[in-house]
Amino acid sequence: MTIAPKGATNAIGLTKADYKGAASTLCAGCGHDSVASQIVAAAFDLALAPERVIRMSGIGCSSKSAAYFFGRSHGFNSLHGRMPAVTTGAHVANHTLLPLAVSGDGDTGSIGLGGFKHLLRRNVPMVYIIENNGVYGLTKGQFSATSDLGASLKYAGTNQLPAIDLCMEALIAGCGFVARSFAGDAKQVRELIKAAFSFHGSAVIDVISPCVTFNNHDESTKSYGYGKAHEEPIHDLTFIPHYDEMQLEVAPGEVRDVRLHDGPVIRMRRLGLDHDPADRMAAMLLLERSRAASEFLTGLIYLDERRPTLAETLGLGAQPLAALSAAQLRPPPEALAAINSEFG
Amino acid sequence: MRPFPQAPPIVNDLAVVAATVNGSGSQTANNAIIRAIFRMGIPVNGKNLFPSNIQGEPTWFTIRVSKAGHTARPARVPILIAFNPRTAAADLAELPEGGSCLFPGDGPWRPTRDDVALYPLPVRQLAAAGNFEPRMRDYAANMVYVGALAALIGIELVELHAALAHHFKDKPRPVAQNFAVIEAAHAWFTEHQHSALSTQHYRLAPMAANQGKILIDGNTAAALGAIFGGVSLLAWYPITPATGLADALSTYLARLRTGPDGSPSYAIVQAEDEIAALGMVVGAGWAGARAMTSTSGPGISLMTEFAGLAYFAEIPSVVWDVQRVGPSTGMPTRTAQGDILSTYFLGHGDTRHVVLLPGSVAECFECGYSAFDLAERLQTPVFVLSDLDLGMNLWTSPPLTYPEQPLDRGKLLSAEELERLGRFVRFADPDGDGIGARTLPGNPHPLAATLSRGTGHNERNVYSEKPEDWKANMDRLGRKHETARRLVPQPVEELDPAAELGVIFYGSSDAAVQEARSLLRAGGLPTSALRLRALPLGEPTRAFVARHERCVVVELNQDGQMRDLLRLHCPEHATRLLSVAHSDGLPLTAEFVAEHVLLAVKQELPA
Repeated sequence: MTIAPKGATNAIGLTKADYKGAASTLCAGCGHDSVASQIVAAAFDLALAPERVIRMSGIGCSSKSAAYFFGRSHGFNSLHGRMPAVTTGAHVANHTLLPLAVSGDGDTGSIGLGGFKHLLRRNVPMVYIIENNGVYGLTKGQFSATSDLGASLKYAGTNQLPAIDLCMEALIAGCGFVARSFAGDAKQVRELIKAAFSFHGSAVIDVISPCVTFNNHDESTKSYGYGKAHEEPIHDLTFIPHYDEMQLEVAPGEVRDVRLHDGPVIRMRRLGLDHDPADRMAAMLLLERSRAASEFLTGLIYLDERRPTLAETLGLGAQPLAALSAAQLRPPPEALAAINSEFG
Repeated sequence: MRPFPQAPPIVNDLAVVAATVNGSGSQTANNAIIRAIFRMGIPVNGKNLFPSNIQGEPTWFTIRVSKAGHTARPARVPILIAFNPRTAAADLAELPEGGSCLFPGDGPWRPTRDDVALYPLPVRQLAAAGNFEPRMRDYAANMVYVGALAALIGIELVELHAALAHHFKDKPRPVAQNFAVIEAAHAWFTEHQHSALSTQHYRLAPMAANQGKILIDGNTAAALGAIFGGVSLLAWYPITPATGLADALSTYLARLRTGPDGSPSYAIVQAEDEIAALGMVVGAGWAGARAMTSTSGPGISLMTEFAGLAYFAEIPSVVWDVQRVGPSTGMPTRTAQGDILSTYFLGHGDTRHVVLLPGSVAECFECGYSAFDLAERLQTPVFVLSDLDLGMNLWTSPPLTYPEQPLDRGKLLSAEELERLGRFVRFADPDGDGIGARTLPGNPHPLAATLSRGTGHNERNVYSEKPEDWKANMDRLGRKHETARRLVPQPVEELDPAAELGVIFYGSSDAAVQEARSLLRAGGLPTSALRLRALPLGEPTRAFVARHERCVVVELNQDGQMRDLLRLHCPEHATRLLSVAHSDGLPLTAEFVAEHVLLAVKQELPA
């Protein structure tokens, strides 16, 4: 991986600055800012046309960060837990847009859990990043649905409820791209975002993204200390945008190359256990085993591109609904005359 | 049975109530009666009073024939079809003296009144004429009362046949089977109840009142209107009484918006709840498509937060509220006009929405398309308040008329226009109407992008919590509301120079109020009328109130919600605005309205 020099341009002549947004107002060191910078880096590397991307979010610290990247893309900082519905509507209106959404564990795991699962069930093609820190930040330190069982916080006391695993929820809802990562693992986050942008369907990346203010003590599984000490990437992941057959590495069990529908390849070089992301049952077992053993496994957990997207399920043609002309929108007078005669 | 005195027949002025069991197929029978009478050129309409239930509960269908064209629920119904033994005794008790009761003579129930004409029908024997397979025989029983009623009041058999052909879309077998039962019942009734026919007061005679007219329900008219307004996304959640609107959209969009290659240029998404339904509409409106949802009161309350967001983020969206009675279960199948205040102010933090109030099925069609033009012109959610009575019942109407104006997509800036302008200020107000120009996602110009959010933005739509920025924004939204006041459909005014009393009303109450006005006029009390067609209220309404010493506001809710809005609108005349507000789940009757307008006026007069 070469780091682009400052001011360098990508394939469509844009600089990294063209993908940036307003200055962050999050706490210094917030995991969400690391994720935002990898979103910028991924879009720059992919040379995405800014007008093709829309940045979507709900409410919360993570959702605020939609303002901190893609300043040249339209965006909607919507309602708490309701980003999935707004994104679904935007996709149906214009399925040529590429939505990237940032959400949090409260936004997705509590108030928006139903909308999250229904969006995945519909398979709205988008990058869905959950910046998961196990705590409510903007309201100052309440437990979230992903907080560790038995965890204690300054004001909230002890959490007596088990955590919801958002990757497991995504799998059960039928999501075809389920990944977990760690804000402290910049390369993995970036490569996953690139792969997610190229995925044909909903792509969920649950990024453990520490809250430095309320939940960064070392006992928290959502802290930098814990993440750095315990993260176990199941593979070293590289996104290869233009795949050349000659690059194929044949080392069974060591490298898996998965080709996405429009050409690029995700290369996974085995690090830990041998996991086949095409196996849904294996993905569930992986999540369940890591929960039982309190392991922090990261990487691409599940990949299946076969499900149709919502636009495909609806049978929509190439032309976006938002681009229909007046003549296409309003049937002619003869059509109304025929209807009148049927009701007469 | 008492002998009835000969009286001159009453022609084309009657009402029939068919009391049946829901899920028994009686809707087909009742619609056939209505359509046949409609085809005879006689003004007719029907109201279905049905339970919140799939099958087995009582339902009452009232058919009103009125040569004067009155369509309100009739206060007096002289012909009873008592086909539900569970409610028959109570139904019979309601029948006015001298009325007629048709009932299954081979059923378990026997009527016990001698001041009405009783017609027992051999239902099983007559239904056999249809040669139906056993599971369909209950449906056939309903056709027995169709045939008997046809003989009793003079519905033409040829028109009943045409009505069946319409219902069964010309499928020959069900048309023939059902018509055989109707014919058999008609023949039997004519032969065996001949003496009854000669004393029967109520008769039909063909007229020519329906030339060019159509018979349609408000939900279907609304759906068609939306289609001629270019609706491209319906996101909805099933709810009575709005489901028919979504069903009609599904039917007619498939027909009118499928491309030559077979692909739809529309989408229908059944959402997981009403929150998501409006969320999808807002997302699609933001991305530039004409999107709508249809719901009823409970859905409206769930949509509150999105309604506020769309208002403040200034996103076009259309919401149909087919109103019903109150929350939860119990009376979801009964009508009301009870969502006026909640919808007008839906949201939090100073929201006042555009609300359209269709008063007829023709206006349901008009609101169907004009709601989109207003939503995009004003960049705001537009609510259309229909109700169960308007939405689910069949009404005679002039034909639906094609929109005169082209689609109004509002102020939109293309990449070329941005290039020419050299700047983009999303919430500028260059025209003084409170409306800025918007850009759509996908616009490639580097200036086009903007991040939408509810509050906390300045004129350039950049994050700002500065008090002066928000105040300026709220002031501009105020100007936009004033623009809306002028753009929305204006009230329909009918001034009677002799009248000191004004009557103000809206929506489906039109039918009862107009008939009540004719009763009051006949009783020596002329009135002027103002039918409101939208919120916000405007100058014509203020002028009408100023012109009349007293105004009675008639509406189908308990608290007089529109009266309260009128008092806010004309505070200097607050005390002259009297209220006739009533909510019992049924549409208003003219007699009730006339009586209570008189009472309201009397109570206001000094002793």
